[in-house]
Amino acid sequence: MYVAVKGGERAIENAHAWLVEERRGDTSVSELNIAQIREQLALAVNRVMAEGSLYDPDLAALAIKQARGDLIEAIFLIRAYRTTLPRFGASLPIDTGRMACDRRISATFKDLPGGQVLGPTFDYTHRLLDFKLAAEGEVPEAATREATPGDVPHVAEFLNHGGLIEEARHNDTTPPDLTREPLEMPAERSLRLQALTRADEGFTLGMAYSTQRGYARNHAFVGELRIGAVPVEMDIPELGFSIEIGEVTLTECETVNQFTGSKSEPPQFTRGYGLVFGQTERKAISMALVDRALRWEELGEEDEGAPAQDAEFVLYHADNIQATGFLEHIKLPHYVDFQAELELVRKLREEAGANTAREAAE
Amino acid sequence: MSDYNFAYLDEQTKRMIRRAILKGLAIPGYQVPFASREMPMPYGWGTGGVQVSAAVMTPDDRFKVIDQGADDTTNAVSIRTFFERTAGVATTTKTSEASVIQTRHRIPEERLSEGQILVYQVPIPEPLQFLEPRESETRKMHSLEEYGLMHVKLYEDISRHGHIATSYDYPVKVEGRYVMDPSPIPKFDNPKLGDMAAIQLFGAGREQRIYALPPYTQVVSLDFEDHPFEASKPDHPCAMCGAENSYLDEVITDDTGGRMFVCSDTDFCEARQAAGNTGTMNGRDAA
Repeated sequence: MYVAVKGGERAIENAHAWLVEERRGDTSVSELNIAQIREQLALAVNRVMAEGSLYDPDLAALAIKQARGDLIEAIFLIRAYRTTLPRFGASLPIDTGRMACDRRISATFKDLPGGQVLGPTFDYTHRLLDFKLAAEGEVPEAATREATPGDVPHVAEFLNHGGLIEEARHNDTTPPDLTREPLEMPAERSLRLQALTRADEGFTLGMAYSTQRGYARNHAFVGELRIGAVPVEMDIPELGFSIEIGEVTLTECETVNQFTGSKSEPPQFTRGYGLVFGQTERKAISMALVDRALRWEELGEEDEGAPAQDAEFVLYHADNIQATGFLEHIKLPHYVDFQAELELVRKLREEAGANTAREAAE
Repeated sequence: MSDYNFAYLDEQTKRMIRRAILKGLAIPGYQVPFASREMPMPYGWGTGGVQVSAAVMTPDDRFKVIDQGADDTTNAVSIRTFFERTAGVATTTKTSEASVIQTRHRIPEERLSEGQILVYQVPIPEPLQFLEPRESETRKMHSLEEYGLMHVKLYEDISRHGHIATSYDYPVKVEGRYVMDPSPIPKFDNPKLGDMAAIQLFGAGREQRIYALPPYTQVVSLDFEDHPFEASKPDHPCAMCGAENSYLDEVITDDTGGRMFVCSDTDFCEARQAAGNTGTMNGRDAA
């Protein structure tokens, strides 16, 4: 017997209560706190800040805890929170040349002013499970040295002196704001970079990888990768001058790409650029490659029809919050549309059946 | 939720959305880009409708939410609760009592009246998207009124299947100008779109578009002279209330092929039952 489908409200309440219980897990195991996540799962925190577009390690850690470690869910929590925050103003452009680098490497020059600094990287670790980590213990202290004072110049500028790399044109116009205006095509580079810096890491990686495998191939050298803290300054109208309001850790990647010249440009190297919140170097490198691929038009390159060259394709599908929401909405009831399809298929099948029967009779 | 503004969104955002709505009403069927915000529910789950509802809502409103015609489906419950918490507005399940109705995939059976606002949740606002995925192209097609591709698609359906093989999300033309996506309502509902007394607003959050139909707008479902549009529904009466002219959900009742048909519009069905109408499988009747 049909019982009208009721009880949605109670089902939701019960599901939420169960979720809270599952999130906590076995209560005989001590509960994670925010500081532990912030300190010990820092790269997850960084990803949530980068794709959530909000620099706040504590909130990102809270979101990770609330999301049971589902990073896209955590990013969603941060985005939904961020959108409610009032805007006091905009900071001055940051100067990554002033970065206090934890890591700074160049794949194009063996040595260079500012030096090669490996920093805390997985790069040359052997990926062997370290069973010692399963037991808690003291960590041996790492060696230290005095930081070299002064700014660290950008590698691309060395190439620029000889005109070997395209000039990065200075532009003082205020860039459009992706979070305040709808994304519309064609998107200029500043808008593309905004979309890419908050784009899903996996999607960006896949796009970048596709360019390496020949879909709009444009061989990239990591001219420079740097990670470190930069001061953020803001003009305070009441004071009439700018003050430092804090600092953020960023990853910046500038690629040097091959370029043989075109009708409009002499042979020279070209640039791809990535800048992402936190220590997020896979994302920053991917971003630089995708940025470079998307620049085919302004550089007079050929449209190879590759996915990574297609700004509409890349930008409209890079946001994991949009993507996951729309993907998962197919879990919602679709009785009505499905019913309409059922009717149609039945009708078409009936007619097809009648036709076959008639043909057989003839 | 006292930390949030009335109906969640800040006033500046609401003003931006209202401007988009007004522009949409001024150019019926035209998709107005708007800076959609991240909402605390996922994209694809009604964020466009929620933003439009939040922008038009006043403290005196009475709000109704339906999903698949029903007030009690989980997502309808979730959205209704959201506005109860963030706006404290009164809610109702009665179509005639509501001043703002947010809907997903249905138009209520009961005729709406002047002063009511019907807000649709829209997943894909662009009717041409599945024919031409590039937005830069579809915008051009709309501005040049270049809808040949759509007619070719409908024609191909007829030549292949003998019918236009679109049963929901059936495209319409508004005031003889813009081809518009009515959201995934069954085509049974299409005739209600035109000449409606209520204001109809369409919000697509993820795709960042708002469009609108002012009251008494001419809305025509696309068709051909020799293959006129036909609003179809399951050929049964409702098993609960006996209605002959309402859209029905099919419910599977056992594992041997038993099924029954009931109104998808729960308020319509309940009101009819309360008025003494009954269908063949209504428990009260059978007992």
